[in-house]
Amino acid sequence: MTSLVRATGTPTMKRLPLALAALVALGLSSALPAVAQEPQHEGDSGTVHYPIRKPEQLTWTFAGFFGHFDPAQLQRGFQVYREVCANCHSMKLVAFRALGQEGGPHFGDAEVKALAAEYQITDGPDASGDMFERPGRPSDYLPSPFPNDQAAAAANGGAVPPDLSLMAKARGVGRGVLWGLLDFFTQYQEGGPDYIHALLTGYSEPPEGVEVPEGANYNPYFNAGPALAMPPPLSDGQVTYADGTPGTVDQYARDVSAFLMWVAEPHLVERKRMGFQVVIFLIVFAGLMYVTKKKVWAAVPH
Amino acid sequence: MAATSSYQPKSGFAKWLEARLPIIGLVHSSFVVYPVPRNLNYLWTFGAILAFMLVVQIATGVVLAMHYTPHATMAMTSIEQIMRDVNYGWLLRYLHANGGSMFFLAVYIHMLRGLYYGSYKEPREVLWILGVIIFLLMMATAFMGYVLPWGQMSFWAATVITNLFSAIPLVGESITTWLWGGFAVDNPTLNRFYSLHYLLPFMIAGVVVLHIWALHVVGQNNPTGIEIKSKQDTVPFTPHATIKDSFGLACFLILFAWLVFFLPNYLGHPDNYIAADPLKTPPHIVPEWYFLPFYAILRAIPNKLLGVIALFGSIAILIFVPWLDTSRVRSAVYRPLYRQFFWIFVLTGIGLGYLGSQQPEGVYVIAARILTFYYFAHFLIVMPLIGILERPKPMPSSITEAVLAKVKDQSGVAAETRA
Repeated sequence: MTSLVRATGTPTMKRLPLALAALVALGLSSALPAVAQEPQHEGDSGTVHYPIRKPEQLTWTFAGFFGHFDPAQLQRGFQVYREVCANCHSMKLVAFRALGQEGGPHFGDAEVKALAAEYQITDGPDASGDMFERPGRPSDYLPSPFPNDQAAAAANGGAVPPDLSLMAKARGVGRGVLWGLLDFFTQYQEGGPDYIHALLTGYSEPPEGVEVPEGANYNPYFNAGPALAMPPPLSDGQVTYADGTPGTVDQYARDVSAFLMWVAEPHLVERKRMGFQVVIFLIVFAGLMYVTKKKVWAAVPH
Repeated sequence: MAATSSYQPKSGFAKWLEARLPIIGLVHSSFVVYPVPRNLNYLWTFGAILAFMLVVQIATGVVLAMHYTPHATMAMTSIEQIMRDVNYGWLLRYLHANGGSMFFLAVYIHMLRGLYYGSYKEPREVLWILGVIIFLLMMATAFMGYVLPWGQMSFWAATVITNLFSAIPLVGESITTWLWGGFAVDNPTLNRFYSLHYLLPFMIAGVVVLHIWALHVVGQNNPTGIEIKSKQDTVPFTPHATIKDSFGLACFLILFAWLVFFLPNYLGHPDNYIAADPLKTPPHIVPEWYFLPFYAILRAIPNKLLGVIALFGSIAILIFVPWLDTSRVRSAVYRPLYRQFFWIFVLTGIGLGYLGSQQPEGVYVIAARILTFYYFAHFLIVMPLIGILERPKPMPSSITEAVLAKVKDQSGVAAETRA
């Protein structure tokens, strides 16, 4: 397997593969310029009439090889969710107990209990067959703002506000082939939070010539459907942080995006920590195997 | 699995057992003293890697099945319970989901290795065909597994693929209804897919046994494509192949771990974290990456029935490769022309994969048609023609001669660099 082209075969034969390769390359290259021009978006179905913008890539504490959540940020994010988002959006997969998780928001046991008790949970039926209300317990799941999808739609102009439990993993932006390949090495997995942050901070007046349907809102980052029903949810000073962090829309958006990432991937910190150990172990193990292999094969030319 | 065994039982129990069931002897002759060509390169470690991946998939899958609920309203929630509340559930699920991708990566390398070194040629035709059957079973298993989370992509992939059968004339509609267990993809479809997803891996394991059996009857091919002629052409499986496979596997696992622990959703689609909604079609339905080339072939053909035929034909054609290749020489090492066409074929596959991920419109369709044509032409025109027209390079008389020539070559180069 040394030289690829050697003087064998007839002259025409030698050129045959080249000609075919050129044909194949032609087919591919005719496709490539289109890739460069046309941005790839998962929601780009032709129903959105304005150009969709790419979210800005932010720096997150949970990105990369040693990524971890910042508990203070997650606690702030939970506050934003609770005071703003939770008015319309459910978070059905999260139990109060999870809020005490190490590596997550890490509220203390007493805090989690107190927090849960602030909610009224419908339980039952009791011995006489009636449903009843009681204060929440850590084992309860976060209650939803609406009893069902129909009620949610009726209260929100016909659009159901989606559940946020998996939102940070259920949204992304097409990265294209080259960025996609690069992501494998840079470990970029933060398309979801980048998107959520961009969406929450991206509302603006529609540019001239763009018509926004009745009841919809202009947001050049929205890529998950024909029109965004959600009005701008955040405004400066809307939530008062106890730790003195400035109350800006950008800050709220960052905090709640980080919180939603934790909600979607609660074991991220544990995963990356274990991954570090596993990769180190495997490299050492592979090294030992290699040395042993060398020794075993030393006497046999191969 | 050779007929005779050189195994000599030593302990009393081993003697007793061997007289009744010579299973230790079977293992001994198959995986200890079994002669392997001394010149195998690292591409030959993928057989062991694939066997390992099958075990990983079955082991993680069986535990996942203990926690999963195959119901249209509960499937996704049950998987999220696994991710959140089951001990190391997130690890099991990410291992299983990414394990599928790694399985396909390994199988594609394994198959291309076979195509490059002519491992399908006489007397290994049955070995090769068993491999194609395993590949088909893998595809069915992976597809049904992808449906189980019952996310948007799960649901719509199931819809697209099961709808293919409706292209069959006369009985197509009835077959599709029968596959669905209703008049649309719904809970009965999910239930039967789950059942089959659990069944097929054990069928794969069965065919793998036949595959290894056939391998041990005809012996391994090797980079020269020359059959083993004497004992000095070979080394015993253990420790030589065992340790080399272990090293190859360890390197493969580093890649696997990189995906599972740091990029677990890299190969997935965000839409599959949205619960299935029969009333909302995603704008862009794409299969997992390993199906993209075949998806491109399906969509390249404007006629539905012909598209389905092309899709299945693109895999079925592999069965006939041993007879489509007319060359007297096995290995591409000695086939200068075939070697170039081989790499063009690889590029065609990658190109089709890229096109499968794009919207089927405009230039993409034209490119997909050109590449689909070339995909089939590679097997139906290039392979038979080159075998006749090509003048192979001179071949060494044995594996040992090839190895010694290579070693001499290398030490000569080393001496030159030293001087």
